[in-house]
Amino acid sequence: MFDIEAQDLAKRFGDFVAVDALNFSVAHGEVFGLLGPNGAGKSTLIRMLTTLVPPTSGTGRVAGFDIVRQQNDVRQSIGVIPQAMTSDLDLSAMENMTIFAKLYGIPREKRIRTIKALLEEVDLSQWADKPVKMFSGGMRRRLEIARGLVHEPKIFFLDEPTTGLDPVSRVAVWEMLVRLKRERDLTILMTTHYMDEADKLCDRIAIVDHGKLVALDSPLKLKASIPGKNILEVSFLQAPPHWTETLNALPDVAEVKAEDPFYRISSDNGPRTTVALIEAARAAGAAITSLSVQSTTLDDVFVHYTGRQLRDTLQAPDASNSPFILARG
Amino acid sequence: MHRVWAIIERDLRRFRRSPVLVIVSIIMPLVQLVILGYAFGGVIRNLKVGVVDEDHALPAVKLHEMFQAVAANARTFTPIYYSDKAEAMHDLRNGKLNGVLNIPPEFSRKLLAGANPQVALIEDNTDQFSSSALEGVMGEMLPAYNSPPVPSRMTAGATLDVVEIYPYVPYIQYLLPGTIVLSIFVSAMIGGGIIFIDDKARGLHEGYLVTPIRKFELIMGFTLAGAAKAIIAGLVLTTAGSLIAGIPDPLNPLRIARMLVLVVVVAMALISMMFLIMVRVNDPLVPRAIFGMLNTVLYFPSGAVYPTESFPAWMKVITIADPFTYAVHGFKQLILKNTGFGAISGDLAYLVIFTVICVTAATMLFRRTL
Repeated sequence: MFDIEAQDLAKRFGDFVAVDALNFSVAHGEVFGLLGPNGAGKSTLIRMLTTLVPPTSGTGRVAGFDIVRQQNDVRQSIGVIPQAMTSDLDLSAMENMTIFAKLYGIPREKRIRTIKALLEEVDLSQWADKPVKMFSGGMRRRLEIARGLVHEPKIFFLDEPTTGLDPVSRVAVWEMLVRLKRERDLTILMTTHYMDEADKLCDRIAIVDHGKLVALDSPLKLKASIPGKNILEVSFLQAPPHWTETLNALPDVAEVKAEDPFYRISSDNGPRTTVALIEAARAAGAAITSLSVQSTTLDDVFVHYTGRQLRDTLQAPDASNSPFILARG
Repeated sequence: MHRVWAIIERDLRRFRRSPVLVIVSIIMPLVQLVILGYAFGGVIRNLKVGVVDEDHALPAVKLHEMFQAVAANARTFTPIYYSDKAEAMHDLRNGKLNGVLNIPPEFSRKLLAGANPQVALIEDNTDQFSSSALEGVMGEMLPAYNSPPVPSRMTAGATLDVVEIYPYVPYIQYLLPGTIVLSIFVSAMIGGGIIFIDDKARGLHEGYLVTPIRKFELIMGFTLAGAAKAIIAGLVLTTAGSLIAGIPDPLNPLRIARMLVLVVVVAMALISMMFLIMVRVNDPLVPRAIFGMLNTVLYFPSGAVYPTESFPAWMKVITIADPFTYAVHGFKQLILKNTGFGAISGDLAYLVIFTVICVTAATMLFRRTL
């Protein structure tokens, strides 16, 4: 049995298809990443699975419970860290945790014990009684992670857990998630924009675009799935005629994508292709203005599956950006 | 119930840390009570009345003496004597005078002949309050002028003997019931409107929605948390307002106990109304935009500042539906007349039914999803 299952899960808002009949499953103990450009449908998918948004069609099961018919069982089984930081700034870390423990109906003694342990695990014990408005972004995110685990769920949903954090805080959150997952035997489904984050944390990654699943595998297999082991990015002062064909004919080249004057060459043997490229350019009188050679990363995988086109789409205004909202903290 | 209490606890803890918004909801009605109470409640004095005497005979001089008496005692108006009627009218039109009293040339002759003698009061009627005061004092003066110097012991006509059963009620005391309701409303507007929508916009409610809390528990939590703050505001206004307005025996325990019950019922009614209005709202601008309009539509037709009997028919419809009406009426009975619950049972019944309807409708409209 899987901890999370989606079968033809879809969500439409009027004519707009946000999630288009997705199928996937997440095994117990797995860290599953959802990658995709802005507006790809990641947040809608996570909101459907956490009962915040009802699906239009299809079925979803979390911890064996149906996300439409057994919503309260699903809610009791999961911890959720939404994209927005939702801790109460006027309350202390301890008070935020206590309120949520009470919302889950945890008895007093167990509540005190669990909160103390969780605050220690996220390194916030010494700040337990301080108001959250004095916390940095990283501290607030760690508190929210602890808050999401206050009822000791086995399935944890995180929507862009490190967005807006500085690099040091991001690494701290990653390390904490790895430790919590190991110690608490968690299944994690997370969305992220950061490829390095997905690469480090996720056992499997689903790339979603236009609401559809375009790739699903482990980071290693995804990297191996795109043409070439290395990527050469090269630009020329002026490319000679039929230059793409010439580049395609170089040794070990798997694919050439041309966006004149830039060329992106996937190669199975980066060094050999590079030497041949320089010789070909000299022979053709094409001056190289820049050249870089790198191993395939998840960024390459992402670009390969979703393309380079900017996703400028209109969306509903975000009420949290209203100029009328009262400043807090 | 423990989940409902968790929401109330959260709100009250926030209130304790940051009470500024509720303090504002107490200060604003208190300022209004004092300013409006003294701005509207005073007796009109020192109106300027031009007197043009075109008669100059003894009966006219007797009138002058009466004007002087009013100017010296009630001080409703000060007579300014003009020899030229045109000049007096000019000053009236230019706002230098509130009225012109003209004693015509034939006044004394007609008076002595019993031939319908008339004096003319030409008034600036752009200010209804001043002109009414002027008409009132002139209207009282002329019967005194006409009465014989020694009144007969027996009168043939009917007379009215007025008995007031309550002590004199200054306007500031008349305003107090409405002010208490206003403070509860402002608190409900801030707690149940502005903060509620701000929390929703910030995503705080999303945190609630992913827990197993039920829809009704959420609504009761929001309603009771808002009501708790409104009750605090109402109780502060009840006590401080009674002291400021000079209500007799303001700390009578029985009266305070009755007021507490009414404050709780009114707070529940107004917060549930606010919750119903806001249940589908997401934009933080909305509660701010409708604040002034709601205040006007609910406060003024309720009889808080002026008797409802004077309202046109369409406004009386608002008065009948308006929960403020019953709240203000209830507080008037308890504060100005020191009655028991019997006198406000109708008000309490309406407010309780209103609350049940609002909470039921809000529960039906509330979305447990985003």
